[in-house]
Amino acid sequence: MEGLSLLALGADGWGDELLRGAWLTLQLALVTLFFGILLGLLLAAARLSSWKIIRWPCMGWLLVVRGTPEFLVLLLIYFGLDRYLSQILRFLGIAEQFELPRFAGAVVGLAVIFSAYAAEIFRGAWRAVPKGQMEAAVAVGMSPLAGFWRVRMPQMWRFAIPGLGNLWMVLLKDTSLAAVIALNELLRMAKIAGETTRDPLFFFAVAALIYLFMTACSDLVRLWLERRARRGVRAVAG
Amino acid sequence: MAIRATTVSASDSVPDSASDSAIESARTSSASAQTPPATDATAATGWVEVRDLWKRYDDHQVLKGVSVSANEHEVISLIGSSGSGKSTLLRCINLLEIPERGEVFVAGERLPFGEPREAGDKRPRKINNWKNVYRLRANLAMVFQSFNLWSHRTILENITEAPIHVLGRPRREVEEEAHALLKRVGIADKAGVYPSALSGGQQQRAAIARALAMHPKAMLFDEPTSALDPELVGEVLSVMRELADEGRTMLVVTHEMDFAREVSDKVIFLHQGQIAEAGTPAQVFDSPQSEAAQKFLSNTRIARK
Repeated sequence: MEGLSLLALGADGWGDELLRGAWLTLQLALVTLFFGILLGLLLAAARLSSWKIIRWPCMGWLLVVRGTPEFLVLLLIYFGLDRYLSQILRFLGIAEQFELPRFAGAVVGLAVIFSAYAAEIFRGAWRAVPKGQMEAAVAVGMSPLAGFWRVRMPQMWRFAIPGLGNLWMVLLKDTSLAAVIALNELLRMAKIAGETTRDPLFFFAVAALIYLFMTACSDLVRLWLERRARRGVRAVAG
Repeated sequence: MAIRATTVSASDSVPDSASDSAIESARTSSASAQTPPATDATAATGWVEVRDLWKRYDDHQVLKGVSVSANEHEVISLIGSSGSGKSTLLRCINLLEIPERGEVFVAGERLPFGEPREAGDKRPRKINNWKNVYRLRANLAMVFQSFNLWSHRTILENITEAPIHVLGRPRREVEEEAHALLKRVGIADKAGVYPSALSGGQQQRAAIARALAMHPKAMLFDEPTSALDPELVGEVLSVMRELADEGRTMLVVTHEMDFAREVSDKVIFLHQGQIAEAGTPAQVFDSPQSEAAQKFLSNTRIARK
């Protein structure tokens, strides 16, 4: 029963620290998801552009981000942003001292990684929507943008959600990479707790269970979303 | 049905052959090049008028100077073998395809084209005002070969979508009208189901209801029965007959020769991107002048037997 007392809430146990870490992990993942999807859509649109001047740089960017370790991308972006943003701010005379907030740094890094993979998913989903669907939209007088929001996007989800669900799982776990920039997310809290109490195995196991709980819950959400997005599609069985 | 007053504008009077038509269109285009655009804008004589339209895909010149004029309440059938440019012509009218040269008028309003391209310039024409294009498209309902009902919306939502979100009409009023339209095309019980649960004929009738809900000034039908199983063609054609009888302005690309003959006020036969034959159904079907039309019509008759 010694284990459970280690997880007590309050000053005696590590329960509240772990929960706070888990909450930060979840926040990090959700905020990243939001920006990652937006950026992923933009990248997919650029990737599908008929203009080479937009398409080629985008393809290069996707190649670089997807072809380098995620850990490295996160470090490059965090330290790169930290240095160059402070230089720019100093140059513009806005701020003498600037330190990139860790949370924001982690979000940018993770969103860059997430969006690169999401872009490929969106590209496939974009193409999977039959051409006639958008033709019917513009033929009744919708602008291409209105058609995108009202016709293409709702239909893209059906093709994108399985892939995005996978990416979300990866993202939820990748948040642990943010430990390297000293963000107190779940894994870092577990590590600190383990080092302090000299029982790392126990706390890592608890952290693993918390991650598992979060991913299991998200899979349920994904199943629900998939069912919703399949509205109007004839079931295979008829 | 009675043939309504049919006017054939000067530029699409029945030519003797395809080459005559080429000469004629060349003449028309040089004439329009000399006239300032302002004159063009006021010169529409038809309710839907296409003048000297040129459209190419990459290196393939699909339309080579086609002019068509439809009066209000007129039904025009566009016939011809596949690749003759008839669908492209229809798609140029609501700018699903953008031609390099030519003018299009709908209900007296000129489509907002920029300067026409020089002969040989492969780029589509610039559009000066896309908002006007959207507005004009809302006035021109299109019925597609593959129905193109929005698969994530129920049949009722398919019909109410554009009246509510494009025209900004009140939902309640639009929904009432949608139910009436569904009743009219004979699928009143399908309002709440998704398109995938309907047969092809039912989907096309729903698509026609969707088109009617826009109160269009003219309707464009792009081979509306070509994707249907033979036994489902009749139900769609009978809806279209009713629309013609109530005096709708319709441009119909079709392979249904009986429909074209019985319902149209005017039939236009396209051959290799030009009008090879135009006139009343009797003129075109019974005494075609051009060799291409004679051959096409005798082939379709053989095929029908």
